[in-house]
Amino acid sequence: MDNYGQVATGRESALATNKVLRNTYILLSMSLIFSGAMAALAMSMQVSQGMALGSIIAAFVLVWLVLPRFENSSMGIVVVFAFTGLMGFSIGPMLSHYLAIPNGGNTVMTALGGTGVIFLGLSAYVLTTRKDFSFMGGFLFVGLLVILGAAILNIFFSVPAFSLAISAGVILLMSGFILFDTSRIIHGGETNYIRATVGLYLNIHNLFVHLLHILGAFSGDD
Amino acid sequence: METWMKVASALFLGIMVWRLWPAANHWMKNGPKGSKKEWQGAAFLLLGVVGFVILLIMMVR
Repeated sequence: MDNYGQVATGRESALATNKVLRNTYILLSMSLIFSGAMAALAMSMQVSQGMALGSIIAAFVLVWLVLPRFENSSMGIVVVFAFTGLMGFSIGPMLSHYLAIPNGGNTVMTALGGTGVIFLGLSAYVLTTRKDFSFMGGFLFVGLLVILGAAILNIFFSVPAFSLAISAGVILLMSGFILFDTSRIIHGGETNYIRATVGLYLNIHNLFVHLLHILGAFSGDD
Repeated sequence: METWMKVASALFLGIMVWRLWPAANHWMKNGPKGSKKEWQGAAFLLLGVVGFVILLIMMVR
């Protein structure tokens, strides 16, 4: 009877994990499409860099102050769309910049495809092997703080090589976070699909932005 | 970039550091420690990402 209870509990746990995973990927794919549409809108409106910065700040205010109140209700989905829409809107000026230069369209598409391959490849690895990458947590969070500190310095010193090194660091960190976040979902460390979507969306967004920066620099466009 | 934007960006990133600090502290102190084999596996995957990015760079050059 005890064994039956354990098997039933294990099955319920696996079903709950699969539900979180499925809902996360559904919401993530819809929010990525919406984000892309908002980026296209920002390009057609020719928004300024100042507006883009305001959009990023508004997006993080939503995630820090509004999302925690609604993450367990359907309103959380609305907040996720507002957040991803604002984040997509914020990359409009950057995309306009790259698309305006010769061969820029190729660079943007390569960055987009590269981001997709990295995300799908790393996610597929975690989902098929079911390895636990939670041991990377400390390293990833400290790495993120170091990168943010370096980014603050580079705002004022604007050294191009340092900027590329930061982008390379962000690509590695976001790849690590994809392993970490996906592994947390399948091992029950993250049970809220709204929070999981925001985490994975940020990984993809940062990966794309910094991959585009590196590819733009090496293609001679930047 | 205009000065006000530099200051606003730096402030925003500073707030982000301040918000992330407790999570980083928590994971550093209480997070599980990986074995050498686990770290090697993760490093292998990240090296794969590095190789792929180099390939993309060569494609756009």
